[in-house]
Amino acid sequence: MLAFILRRALQSIGVMIAVGIIAFTMFRFAGDPVNQMVAIDTTPAQRAEVRASLGLDDPVPVQFARYFINAVQFKFGVSYQFRQPVSALLKERMPATLELATCATVIALVFGILMGIYSALRKDSFFAKVLQAVSLIGISLPTFLIGILLIYLFAVTLGWLPSFGRGDVVKFGWWTTGLLTISGLKALIMPSVTLGLFQMTLIMRLVRAEMLEVLRTDYIRFARARGLTTRAIHFGHALKNTLVPVITVAGLQFGSVIAFAIITETVFQWPGMGLLFVQAVQNVDIPIMAAYLLVVSLIFVTINLIVDILYTIVDPRLRATINRPA
Amino acid sequence: MSVPVLSVRNLRVEFASRRGALRAIDGVSFDIAKGEVLGVVGESGAGKSVTGLAAIGLIDPPGRIAGGEILLSGLRIDNLPAEEMRRIRGKRIAMIFQDPLTSLNPLYRIGDQLVETIRTHLNLNETQARKRAVDLLAEVGIPAPDRRVDAYPHEFSGGMRQRVVIALAIAAEPELIIADEPTTALDVSVQAQIIALIKRLGRDHGTAVMLVTHDMGVIAETSDRVAVMYSGRIAEIGPVRDVVQNPLHPYAKGLMGAIPTLTGDAAQRLVQIPGSMPRLSAIPPGCAFNPRCSFAFDRCRVERPEPIAVGAQQVACHLYDPDHVHDQVHAESAA
Repeated sequence: MLAFILRRALQSIGVMIAVGIIAFTMFRFAGDPVNQMVAIDTTPAQRAEVRASLGLDDPVPVQFARYFINAVQFKFGVSYQFRQPVSALLKERMPATLELATCATVIALVFGILMGIYSALRKDSFFAKVLQAVSLIGISLPTFLIGILLIYLFAVTLGWLPSFGRGDVVKFGWWTTGLLTISGLKALIMPSVTLGLFQMTLIMRLVRAEMLEVLRTDYIRFARARGLTTRAIHFGHALKNTLVPVITVAGLQFGSVIAFAIITETVFQWPGMGLLFVQAVQNVDIPIMAAYLLVVSLIFVTINLIVDILYTIVDPRLRATINRPA
Repeated sequence: MSVPVLSVRNLRVEFASRRGALRAIDGVSFDIAKGEVLGVVGESGAGKSVTGLAAIGLIDPPGRIAGGEILLSGLRIDNLPAEEMRRIRGKRIAMIFQDPLTSLNPLYRIGDQLVETIRTHLNLNETQARKRAVDLLAEVGIPAPDRRVDAYPHEFSGGMRQRVVIALAIAAEPELIIADEPTTALDVSVQAQIIALIKRLGRDHGTAVMLVTHDMGVIAETSDRVAVMYSGRIAEIGPVRDVVQNPLHPYAKGLMGAIPTLTGDAAQRLVQIPGSMPRLSAIPPGCAFNPRCSFAFDRCRVERPEPIAVGAQQVACHLYDPDHVHDQVHAESAA
């Protein structure tokens, strides 16, 4: 088991090195950063000086090694636009994004799984059919449109919820949270629903399809023939088997929730990493873009690792394959 | 004679379809006595498995029991509320399915599945139930049961898994076991072991067994009586020796003629029944077998034959109607 985790961790490091190379090449191909930083009347000598001070005249492998060694220590250079270390900017913005993404994922998982179970067990009921139909809307409507519709309804027309921002936040060291204030919670509702809606409908449809599939299997029929209670069959035997694929999808979706957060954060002017990234793109602020790429990949890779480990906890057959010497 | 463990009276099972109800079981009646093994044979789609599922109350929509009665030791069970039927399932009637590889939940240890079943039906605590689980595994011939009880299904071979399935089935000492093709998915050598096990359990505990299979060899080895099914009806039922050696119904004759023997003349070809069984939507009027029967006459195409007692056998065929026999004798003497 430990060998398996180590092996998977090594693979993850390989992925991160590959992403690091891509992030680094952005500096080489997205224009000359010196042009962004200097004024039009800067002399060539001054330009060369800036170039040398940034280490841009070193050989490419040296530059890459330097970038990589710094990145491992979470030093991503200085933002062209804000003239601040990128890591400080990300650190400041990260709590907002992680809170939003976690909240959206929890909403998606809780409601998605519950609605999925309901619509599988009562598949012929009117409400289940309504859920099936409405979930199609959730899957097909683009995130920004849902956000705008919600703002129109709850912020503009009804005036119940704020249309932008994060509300009041409480500071814990460098971490800021909006979960402890009323205005913070109110501000969190619409963005997390917007962000989680797609995942929720996806998970609901996945759980429904998987559960219907599992309920048709021989071991469920045999469980019924053994006279187990309906409750034990549905929630003990069927649900556990349903959750194996759901774990994978939910894990990967958490990563894409963070990536999708770019759009939601823009619509709601949520002060997270996504908004920072969009601003960086507009200003060709490559250190921020590269750092964002690295951080998001790191989150993806970490989640994947956790999902793989969870998998083996749920499914004993995988444990057997892992423990068997290759 | 004592009350039979299972008594099926004129059972009809229908499946709703877009073109009306399809009758999968049409007027089936039979009894199984305590300790008796009834073999049920027939081609795929003859209604063998559906009969078994009806007896344990597991016919799922769109199917339903449309008529007749099912009695368990004299108690009518086909119209019981779902919750009461659930308590009978696994406790008084058990069922074993065809594929042992998929009958066990892959995510739970077999011990947990046994304990769950035992505690559902018997009033035992965790420790007692676990002890019983180990005893059951020992009884069905799992080596080192106290260690294997903590293994997962994928850690067993097919034959061993079917033994675990049988242990689960007998966990609450049922009066009746319905075994639906219990050996079909297994190797021939393992088949014999499983058959011997089912036979021994029936003998030791006085359990009645309904053995559904299309393998006449298995029936001949295990059963006391055999029912031959065709198109949702029983064509012939009787003691296994009589039916195998002296089949009466033309379909049963065809089936027995299609079994290869080691002692028979090698040059002699196996008999083949022409045609195939009708689809449920196209069962002909009269005797369902009449289009394939070389003895069919006018009456077979119009009137459905009722079971007729011939010796210890019951056969649903107009050929054995005393009137028909009389007419034939009459015609011969007139000629």
